[in-house]
Amino acid sequence: MSDTIPGVSMDRLVARQQQLPEPSQRDVVFDVDDLGVSYSGKPALKDVNLEIYRNFVTAFIGPSGCGKSTFIRCFNHMNALIPGAKIHGTIHYHGADLYGSEVDPVEVRKRIGMVFQKPNPFPKSIYDNVAFGPRVLGMTDDLDGRVERALEHAALWDEVKDRLKASALSLSGGQQQRLCIARCLAVEPEVILMDEPASALDPIATTRIEDLMHALKKDYTIVVVTHNMQQAARVADMTAFFSVERGEEGHRTGVLVEYDATPKIFTQPSDSRTEDYVTGRFG
Amino acid sequence: MATQEVSAGAVRLRATRRRWGEDVVKVVLALCALISILTTVGIVVSLFLPAIEFFRDVSLWGFLSGTTWAPLFQPSHFGVQPLVAGTILVSLCAALVALPFGLGSAIYLSEYARATERKVLKPTLEILAGIPTVVYGYFALTLISPLLKDLGLQAGVFSALSAALVMGVMLIPTVASLSEDAMSAVPRDLRDGAYALGSNRMQVSLRVVVPAAISGIIASFVLAISRAVGETMIVLIAAGGQPNLTFDPREAVQTMTAFIAATGQGDVPTGSIEYKTIFAVGATLFVLTLVMNLFSIRLVRKFREVYE
Amino acid sequence: MSVTTLRAERPRGRTSSAVFKAFLYVSIGVGIATLGTLLITVVAKGWKYVDLVLLLEPPSADPQIAGARPAILATIYLGLLLIAFSVPIGVGTAIYMEEYANRDRWYNRLLEVNIQNLAAVPSIVYGILGLAFLVRGIGLGRVLLAGAMILTLVVLPTVIIAAREAIRAVPDSIRQGAYALGATKWQVIWRQVLPAATPGIATGSILALSRALGETAPLLLVGALTYVSFDPTILGDFTALPVQIYQWVARPQEDFRVLAASGIIVLLAILLTLNAFAIWIRNRYQRKW
Repeated sequence: MSDTIPGVSMDRLVARQQQLPEPSQRDVVFDVDDLGVSYSGKPALKDVNLEIYRNFVTAFIGPSGCGKSTFIRCFNHMNALIPGAKIHGTIHYHGADLYGSEVDPVEVRKRIGMVFQKPNPFPKSIYDNVAFGPRVLGMTDDLDGRVERALEHAALWDEVKDRLKASALSLSGGQQQRLCIARCLAVEPEVILMDEPASALDPIATTRIEDLMHALKKDYTIVVVTHNMQQAARVADMTAFFSVERGEEGHRTGVLVEYDATPKIFTQPSDSRTEDYVTGRFG
Repeated sequence: MATQEVSAGAVRLRATRRRWGEDVVKVVLALCALISILTTVGIVVSLFLPAIEFFRDVSLWGFLSGTTWAPLFQPSHFGVQPLVAGTILVSLCAALVALPFGLGSAIYLSEYARATERKVLKPTLEILAGIPTVVYGYFALTLISPLLKDLGLQAGVFSALSAALVMGVMLIPTVASLSEDAMSAVPRDLRDGAYALGSNRMQVSLRVVVPAAISGIIASFVLAISRAVGETMIVLIAAGGQPNLTFDPREAVQTMTAFIAATGQGDVPTGSIEYKTIFAVGATLFVLTLVMNLFSIRLVRKFREVYE
Repeated sequence: MSVTTLRAERPRGRTSSAVFKAFLYVSIGVGIATLGTLLITVVAKGWKYVDLVLLLEPPSADPQIAGARPAILATIYLGLLLIAFSVPIGVGTAIYMEEYANRDRWYNRLLEVNIQNLAAVPSIVYGILGLAFLVRGIGLGRVLLAGAMILTLVVLPTVIIAAREAIRAVPDSIRQGAYALGATKWQVIWRQVLPAATPGIATGSILALSRALGETAPLLLVGALTYVSFDPTILGDFTALPVQIYQWVARPQEDFRVLAASGIIVLLAILLTLNAFAIWIRNRYQRKW
């Protein structure tokens, strides 16, 4: 197994790893047990077991169709919006069953936010975009302050502070995505889910998003789906590799292959499928 | 921004209060939708209950097969054929104008016209479609009728032909827009293939595009005829007010719709036989147009799959 | 080898092509010529009576002093009532069908077919419905309100269809983004979907309104009288502009024909304004997603 991955500095990787708390000191935010997802009876994902740790950046990588987007959408009940979607198994959020009988999706999404692949700002002003979350959740005290803080934390404030009333659609792609992040931050979540947040952006904008992930890690728990291995190597503390299994009738189901600290995944993976993927032999 | 301090087990994911507002909204919206269902129920009830009463006094067979319509005379006759014939005569003549010219307009817009032409022609057709029918009735009576007389056709002041011609032009946009939609949905490749083989525009239009779009075109035909059957004002003003069983369009006729409008305007006593004729004829009209509309809807749906 | 020419096809092919093309020109020409003739003759004939007398005076047996004021007022009242009734019900139905209804349920599929059907029912049948239920049935009588209610039903399918299209055009990514922030279903609809769909809904509603204001047949059955000389009230006898025009057309005297033409000019002016307004809204506010 080689010691280098093109585009990633191994020293930086290892150094970052050493800054993380010891396994015994880690807070578990999500505890996933035997999770599976099916759409109208067809399984899309199965047998997932892992834990997400507080203030970590966790990445899900894998070839297309392996269910990583499906998986991340389980954490904030977004799969419930798709008719015919069924969740099997459990996810515990700080010990509470995320899919318990009385769980309110609004409460879940208040604490667990999401940024999407293609920036989707609302067709409103920049201010109204960021203020939307607090408004619908009743967090209307000091709205101006909330908006400003959210935009600052998303590294967008300086660029837009003079034109908060301008339409959000007048921003560039990278700015729009940071706006979406600010929008997410404004409701003060604990967890931020990111579904391929930089895949629609140019390299410079991508770098800014990745830097943002590093900065936000201090205060938030971040889960990222990415199809870009180098990105996972650059930003993630823990990495989960998913792959596709072909069942009878050629039906493809996603499975979790390996979940470990990022350097280990990329330098000494335990499973040969992981090794094949990270060395570029497929996917 | 600090994360919320939570410890295991103390996280509450239940709603803080029951969101009954959401349920109220759903009920209100469903009630709105109910109104359209109630409308249909209302139409059926308001047509068929009195019609059934009517057919207790008048035999259905006599109604359908009788050739004299004279509900108020002594003795009264309730043969609906003159009214139906009037409707069919006018509709057919209107179709003879609307269908060919409508299709021709559609072919022109779809296959021949340049972008600038389309920008002018399409709105023009839309304006044609938007003119109120009473205006068309006026046009038929004041311009077309005298014109027909001047042309030596021996049509009277009121004639089925006058109404039909104007109605036909009014329906050109109906045929044109639906047919043009159907033709635009035909993929470019089909045309390109034919052009590449050396066909000229007429051949491509008639042998490739029209057959490919035929279901939409026929649906537009059926819709136009259905509209002609249900149209009231043009015939009320220009076609005549006396029931007349004839196939000569130069004569004056009364259509089902004109009869309903003329009778319903007056102060007919509720429950009288004359009152009930409104519903009997109305029910006949409704059944006729319903059959045509269902057929047209099925046609559109059946062949929409082809290109989607 | 003889010289190959690339001249157009054989003369026979060229003739039939030319004939066909001529037919196409005639097809378009018929519509345009009719429209042009209609507009020109109406304006030429009726222009001389388009003045304040027409707009402000009630009708009379003397065409010199006859006006269309009750009819114009009634048409305006009908328009306002129509908007007040048809837009909330139509948009509400559209929201239900697009955002709440489960397409697998039979009653929702029935609803879809039902609306498609209603859109194609002849307007006079709605008039019969109004006559039976409103005028005679519940005894509302031949009043403006009954006319407004029936015209609402005539126009409702069109408003529903236009509203549905406008709602469907709003990209799903907007909804997803709003849900992810913790908004409830109604909050997503009320604060994101409806505002984004408003230009489309407005355009569709105004176009539907314009069609309805030209309708005559249902109003005849629901009791629009053809001779009303006083200003209309909601619960009183009424007429409407198209009905007034019809009354004038039916009279053989030339002067009344002229009056009819001038009434038509006013009606067309109202409709033209409405349509232009609708199109202006569409051009200015419609978003290309």
